[in-house]
Amino acid sequence: MAVRIRVIPCLDVAGGRVVKGVNFVDLQDAGDPVEQARAYDAAGADELCFLDIGASHEKRDTIIDVVRRTAEVCFMPVTVGGGVRTADDARALLMAGADKVAVNSAAVTRPEVVSDIAGRFGSQCMVASIDARKVAEGRWEIFTHGGRTSTGIDALEHAVRMAELGAGELLVTSMDRDGTRDGYDLSLTRVIADAVSIPVVASGGVGNLAHMVDGVIKGGANAVLAASIFHFGQHSVAEAHDALRDAGLPARHDS
Amino acid sequence: MAETIALIDFGAGNLHSVHNALIATGASGVIVTADPDVVATADRIILPGVGAFGACRDALASIDGMIAAMEQRILQDAVPFLGICVGMQLLADKGIEFGEHKGLGWIAGTVQAIEVPSADIKIPHMGWNDVTPTGGHDLLEAGEAYYLHGYHFEAANADNIFATTHHGRTLVSAIGRDNIVGVQFHPEKSQTYGLAFLKRFLEWKP
Repeated sequence: MAVRIRVIPCLDVAGGRVVKGVNFVDLQDAGDPVEQARAYDAAGADELCFLDIGASHEKRDTIIDVVRRTAEVCFMPVTVGGGVRTADDARALLMAGADKVAVNSAAVTRPEVVSDIAGRFGSQCMVASIDARKVAEGRWEIFTHGGRTSTGIDALEHAVRMAELGAGELLVTSMDRDGTRDGYDLSLTRVIADAVSIPVVASGGVGNLAHMVDGVIKGGANAVLAASIFHFGQHSVAEAHDALRDAGLPARHDS
Repeated sequence: MAETIALIDFGAGNLHSVHNALIATGASGVIVTADPDVVATADRIILPGVGAFGACRDALASIDGMIAAMEQRILQDAVPFLGICVGMQLLADKGIEFGEHKGLGWIAGTVQAIEVPSADIKIPHMGWNDVTPTGGHDLLEAGEAYYLHGYHFEAANADNIFATTHHGRTLVSAIGRDNIVGVQFHPEKSQTYGLAFLKRFLEWKP
């Protein structure tokens, strides 16, 4: 079989606690990140993603402690995003047990941070977050700061540049769809996936299992990220794997 | 006396994850160490590693006496050795990644960029994929493990290939000989499969 399509639950973390994001604004506390990570590890998640959504305003040590405690009890790959500005920020997360770091705003204002991180720690750990909003048919722009700040930068051009600078993966989030449960922006995912030779993670808008399958078949993604449909028990990781397999895609058999 | 397991610390990013996984398997004698004297008397030795071949090689070589201690203990005294990811790739004669770098030269071969026949096959090879044993090596069981690499071990001798996987082409998943084994996948990130593999390594009597 081929490399499996990855199913990645994403935990939004602020101040060391898990929160559920609805369009990145209304937040409701939903528990301890380490306990949630353990549950996903036991459920056979292919990877886990922590997004430190309060990172722009709060101290870095909180998320590093969460990562360290997670790595003590979870034996799956972990990506951490949010507030990573420098190669030293990345190093602290990697040494705490993260396998990959996702860089967002810093890669927009200072793209060379991507080559810094890739050069020091390898492309395999350097994930570039592409947070995009549709601005016209077939055209998307990069937004930063949780989707609040427009940059005027074309999302496709930015994605290609991130890959050229040494990113090993792109986390492509539709800020229009995030929190809506209407499904990924498949055109956005597809146009980026077709333009780069590195893996693409589809993110933002999953409301059901068919959306994940679409993300791969129509969107061309190599991995699918989801939050609320897992967090509230609507679906399990095993059900997501089954749905992918039923659609003829390679997915892991849950042990 | 309990066995000592030297987990070599040269600053590799997966050092603590490997340590955590070894603890989770119930291992008691793990020593995270950058001390060649500890390596020279260890009963088992594990070399982690992520990132670029040359950077890892330089970091390991920068520890005075470490490579000599490894050669004595692993090649002469023949204690069981496990290399993980770049820790496995370093066993090759050389690595071609940001220039050409000399490897340890314990397993004949070259580490080079994965070249695939189609643009649909994304690089790095990232995610869960098969471990398909080539047969005859009791450390490697068929299963699914997590891979994260853009470079691969091109082994000169098929006899050294213990397991393979497939990503656009056949790739080496595990290599070795005698008391030496190296795995391209990350047992420390491969949940039950990975922990079971580490447990088998800790019980291995080559």
